[in-house]
Amino acid sequence: MALDKNQIAARIAREIKDGNYVNLGIGIPTLVANYIPKGIIVTLQSENGMLGMGPFPTMETVDADLINAGKQTITYLPGASFFDSATSFAMIRGGHVDVTILGAFEVSEKGDIASWKVPGKLIKGMGGAMDLVASAKNIIVAMQHTNKEGQSKLLKECTLPLTGVNCVKRIVSDLAVLDVVGKGFKLIERAPGVSVEQIQKATEGTLIVEGDIPEIIF
Amino acid sequence: MDKTVKNAKEAIEGIRDNMTVMFGGFGLCGIPENTIMELSKTNIKGLICISNNCGVDDFGLGLMLKNHQIKKMVSSYVGENAEFERQMLSGELEVELLPQGSLAEKIRAGGAGIPAFYVPAGYGTEVGIGKESREFNGQMHLLEHALTADFAVVKAWKGDTAGNLIYKYTANNFNSMMAMAGRITIAEVEELVPVGELDPNFIHTSGIFVQRIFQGVDYEKRIEQLTLSKQ
Repeated sequence: MALDKNQIAARIAREIKDGNYVNLGIGIPTLVANYIPKGIIVTLQSENGMLGMGPFPTMETVDADLINAGKQTITYLPGASFFDSATSFAMIRGGHVDVTILGAFEVSEKGDIASWKVPGKLIKGMGGAMDLVASAKNIIVAMQHTNKEGQSKLLKECTLPLTGVNCVKRIVSDLAVLDVVGKGFKLIERAPGVSVEQIQKATEGTLIVEGDIPEIIF
Repeated sequence: MDKTVKNAKEAIEGIRDNMTVMFGGFGLCGIPENTIMELSKTNIKGLICISNNCGVDDFGLGLMLKNHQIKKMVSSYVGENAEFERQMLSGELEVELLPQGSLAEKIRAGGAGIPAFYVPAGYGTEVGIGKESREFNGQMHLLEHALTADFAVVKAWKGDTAGNLIYKYTANNFNSMMAMAGRITIAEVEELVPVGELDPNFIHTSGIFVQRIFQGVDYEKRIEQLTLSKQ
């Protein structure tokens, strides 16, 4: 069974360590906040200018001056801080943010990522994605392994305009956990009930399989 | 030094056709509502606007866009606006998209007197086309030039008559840097107090960067994505 969005988020949450500062992108990455293991302390950074992001507010606590990078209303936790956008990206560019989790349209076996623009469709802009992928120490991509037509999104070379080059470290797709090791995608774990052959078929780029590949256990 | 002006109308004195103007805010959070509203009532046109986003169709910079007052936008993300898309596709509006952190730093550098700097963001992408690149510590970087503006328009929570500003929560965003990068900086605030009333330990923008300040009226503070907890 391929993983659903929540299962992808739950698997990614295991990559986060006690004390980490983490930036979560829009979409599946946002769901990761719901699965951070109990007992560890993680500080969420939002690139519009805050550390210590809390859950969504209630109608009573909502404040138009307090939003996340997806422009959603949020709250802050004890120990939070607010700052300007240049300081926010100093945290990102300066390597102070430990983990960045974001979505992608395509990833290449060299770790290139395309996530911001589809030619011919509406161009909205890259927001903070190019800064994040160029600078974060540990970039984890949450994505579907194939598109709706069944074509692979893990490629030899990206076909869409790039967000960054040679930067993705780990991918958690609906089918597998893979590391980008330079020569290809190294298979680390399989979704429960998904075979290595199925993953091979869904991966256009070089797939590296060494030994027995365990299933993700939930 | 009293930098108080009466209202938005007085504050925008001197903004002319074809000038470059920065507008603070992230989405609709922390935008200078009063000044934008006032500019949208004028015939000023041909503006080059530097702002992370471009409002929505009927609010924020979207109002000036609808009036065809903006010739070019310099932004990182502009997706919330149907009129923007229409004008961009028809060629009426020129758009320069930049990585958000590079945009922020270009503005900071402009205000800090640094003409250009290197960043890794955008290397190997279309953002890097035509830009100088150079390797530092084994990683490729792009040369980004500073941005300044004829006017910068910012919004703060509290301010004093000397132009000292305090922002609230995430409404700071691009406002701090833009305040530094305008040749003339207009600050509109929700609460304007006499000098001496703000604690100098907690000023975000020093008055030196602000030339005109006024207390805004009727803040709508529109929310783009009202998202609530389930319980």
